[in-house]
Amino acid sequence: MNMQTMIKKLQDYWAKQGCILCQPYDTEKGAGTLNPMTFLRALGPEPWKAAYVEPSRRPADGRYGENPNRLYQHHQFQVILKPAPDNIQEIYLKSLEALEINPVEHDIRFVEDNWENPTFGAAGLGWEVWLDGMEVTQFTYFQQVGSLDVDPVSVELTYGLERLASYIQEKENVFDLEWVDGVKYGDIFSQPEYEHSKYTFEVSDKNWLFRQFDDFEREAMRALDEQLVFPAYDYALKCSHVFNLLEARGAISVTERTGYIGRVRNLARKIAKAFIEGRERLGYPLLKQKGGEARV
Amino acid sequence: MSKDLLLEIGCEEIPARFVDEAVSQLGEKLAEWLKENRISYGGYRTFATPRRLAVRISDVNERQEDKHEEVKGPAERIARQADGTWSKAAQGFARKQGISADQLVIKEVKGENYVFASIHHEGNHTRELLVNGIPSILDHLHFPKTMRWNSRVRFIRPVRWLMCLLGDEVIPFSWAGLTAGNQSEGHRFLGSSISISEAKEYEQILLEQYVLVEADQRKNRILSQLRQLEEKHGWVIPVDEGLLNEVIHLVEYPTALYGRFEEEFLRLPREVLVVTMREHQRYFPVEDRNGQLLPYFVTVRNGDDRYIENVTKGNEKVLRARLADARFFFEEDLKVPLEEAVKKLDQIVYQDELGSLGERVGRIQQLALGLAESIRLPVSEQALLKRAAQICKFDVATQMVGEFPELEGVMGQTYALHAGEEKEVAQAVYEHYLPRYAGDALPTLRIAGLLSLADKMDVIVSSFGIGIQPTGSQDPYGLRRKAAGIVQILLEEDYYPLSLIRLWQNALDRLEETGLLKVSRSDVEKELHDFFALRLRTVLQEEEIRYDIIDAVLKADLSYPVQIVEKAKVLMEQTGRESFKQEVEGFTRAANLAAKAEGDQFDPSLFQEKAERILARSLQEAAKQYERARQQKDAEAMYRALAAMAPEIHQFFDQVMVMVEEEGVRNNRLALLRKITQCTSQFADFGRIVFA
Repeated sequence: MNMQTMIKKLQDYWAKQGCILCQPYDTEKGAGTLNPMTFLRALGPEPWKAAYVEPSRRPADGRYGENPNRLYQHHQFQVILKPAPDNIQEIYLKSLEALEINPVEHDIRFVEDNWENPTFGAAGLGWEVWLDGMEVTQFTYFQQVGSLDVDPVSVELTYGLERLASYIQEKENVFDLEWVDGVKYGDIFSQPEYEHSKYTFEVSDKNWLFRQFDDFEREAMRALDEQLVFPAYDYALKCSHVFNLLEARGAISVTERTGYIGRVRNLARKIAKAFIEGRERLGYPLLKQKGGEARV
Repeated sequence: MSKDLLLEIGCEEIPARFVDEAVSQLGEKLAEWLKENRISYGGYRTFATPRRLAVRISDVNERQEDKHEEVKGPAERIARQADGTWSKAAQGFARKQGISADQLVIKEVKGENYVFASIHHEGNHTRELLVNGIPSILDHLHFPKTMRWNSRVRFIRPVRWLMCLLGDEVIPFSWAGLTAGNQSEGHRFLGSSISISEAKEYEQILLEQYVLVEADQRKNRILSQLRQLEEKHGWVIPVDEGLLNEVIHLVEYPTALYGRFEEEFLRLPREVLVVTMREHQRYFPVEDRNGQLLPYFVTVRNGDDRYIENVTKGNEKVLRARLADARFFFEEDLKVPLEEAVKKLDQIVYQDELGSLGERVGRIQQLALGLAESIRLPVSEQALLKRAAQICKFDVATQMVGEFPELEGVMGQTYALHAGEEKEVAQAVYEHYLPRYAGDALPTLRIAGLLSLADKMDVIVSSFGIGIQPTGSQDPYGLRRKAAGIVQILLEEDYYPLSLIRLWQNALDRLEETGLLKVSRSDVEKELHDFFALRLRTVLQEEEIRYDIIDAVLKADLSYPVQIVEKAKVLMEQTGRESFKQEVEGFTRAANLAAKAEGDQFDPSLFQEKAERILARSLQEAAKQYERARQQKDAEAMYRALAAMAPEIHQFFDQVMVMVEEEGVRNNRLALLRKITQCTSQFADFGRIVFA
């Protein structure tokens, strides 16, 4: 099964579970969780179900396209369900069947793994799902987002698409994966992997990046002052990406590091709070929709 | 009539490390609750898998035992009015006890008559009590980490079903948004939902659903399968207990299988292969009869042997990718000069408030070299120590340790050898992490021992210095383990001359110089003193020293652990001697009065009595002998030196009045006693020794 088909099957499956199919978000981010469709929507009492593919950038993981398993940018298939359904494990396992992975013919385990993103003040409890010994999904019940306790609790499923595809297609090297028949992963992504790695580790201008960080942070605050949560959040994401680039470049000293992380976390917390307040002012519109459960 | 009680909590996969503790708590609390509620039972057994915690209690009485109690009320003279009828007080008492006043009786207690209410509580049905009791038991289970999942309760992982039977009858209690029934769940993929009609049938019915509910059964099944593989292939599969216990709690129906990997990976360091297999994949490595690793691994799947070839193939693929990664890291690391890795430590945060790892290495080095001087380490070894200290953490900056933190030290040794470092230096890089846990090996090289002391003390003192200390069960940086390691090393002969207190003082000096000490030094000193006293207490307890003697020696100087142990042993021997009590009484009497002294300088010209002069001379001699014995590290002679003063102390108290009017004479006598106490308390605080 090629990657394009995999994505379509997962989308079909989760659409049938009532998820809104969103598109990848257009601001750089390190994980699908940081898409506002998850990060912000996990906050507050309103129900929410969404699924999307997220290209996630981890500058420090860039390997010039030479490592068979590591990428500057990889793809996650992300599902968020709020509140978490009681039978979510069964629903998830059925999604593997949609990928023609029949649990009876494999060994599927839920192995403890508690996910955390300290920069954004997000944390949850759950597992890595192992398929014949390979981690294919991160399964998390959110407990905190933006340093705030969440209620109701959302469940987040993050499928590592390259991992899953390398299993399904029996490939050892990510660049040999078939995206569609006749087009390999490497055909599409080798060049960007090389160029982004070169840029990240050798070319990027750290002084310019430092200025960017300050500017984005200031702009995020300014937007927040006007109660513009979504623009503020975009700039917080920008800060986080710029920080990742600086760190990969080795430009952030030990003593500065904590400070930068703290500044992003601070933004994230303020934004999370402002989002909840904004939704409250709007009267939690999604609570009134069909199937919306009042939990306030 | 009695029946078996069965309770099963169905969960989403409980982390393996919590299962045993969780289920034993459940068993204990349930049994305790029955006892408190006067419901008799036989015994109990627990069952646990990743998806269920269960308890079965045998012969549970269907009724609570009746209870009869007599409640004492007011005295009869208050309870009766002049006309013999019950007073308001008596009527109020009866009402409060739920009986009518004419049921009150009179009984005599210590010569006075009192009103008593005699109350009979009829036992309730166990079934009804359980319906209310179980939820509160479950609410009060404690776990190190709990979560919420849109239920009102917190638990280790979401609870998805409850099953509870007393004999064949459901106990329909409600908890976590669920109501208990007789339904359980079989194996996630091989079984189905099933009803249990009788508590006794639990194991059998679940076995049919591919669930081995007893951990021991799963363990035995795994072990016998490992043995079969060993026999069939002529292998040796060493069983790591920790891994086995984890695997047992990752599966409900275990089936062992083996896979292979490319022989070329065997060129990687053995520890890399073992850690990759064991820690990351929960595989058992396979060896030949000579202990050499073979290119095979054994894993345990959660299921039977159907489609097992898929599972083998998948696991082989995963391991291949991981080993290829490890090989990549290994080769890349070897390309980086060691000095460059050392420099990178300046860029790695040790702790937010404590700067970089590079700075920490600087502190360790200074501390270690200071220790080397204290034991007069030969110059040749000092050079090795200096080098080992410089590079002791360089492997933290390598890709392999970044990926496999548990290989810290091991990779350091391997890479240092590759880089052409002296053999001892490389070995010290590994050994300075020892001992990592109770019962672990100690450093064999002296330079590694010194480095280990410096490293561990720096961690402890710097943490205390920013206000981070272990509290209760919380010890995230393993400071207790590190302190125990320091004590263990100091108990080795090579390190006898090193003072524990000077060690922490030196570490504090380093912190203060670099401006990292964030709390008051005297507070930290006191906390370190108490912290290490607790570690030493453990050592003494293991030597089976009496608690009062432990208290006594720990109140004296903590500098030399080995001396503390010896002093304690000497005192234990003394307890068998008759005159010991007298000696201790003498020291204690002196100490009690010495507390009133204003100074410790006495003037022999102010002595008026012969006994004073004799005691002063005796003290002089004792102090001299004590010091000599101390230098010879002879704890018994140290005690003997003190004991020699005892007769003169008693004679002094018999013949000399201390608290006389004349201030000069009084103070002079108190000062003498203060001096004596200073001498005896070097050995122990004798006042803490208890005599029957």
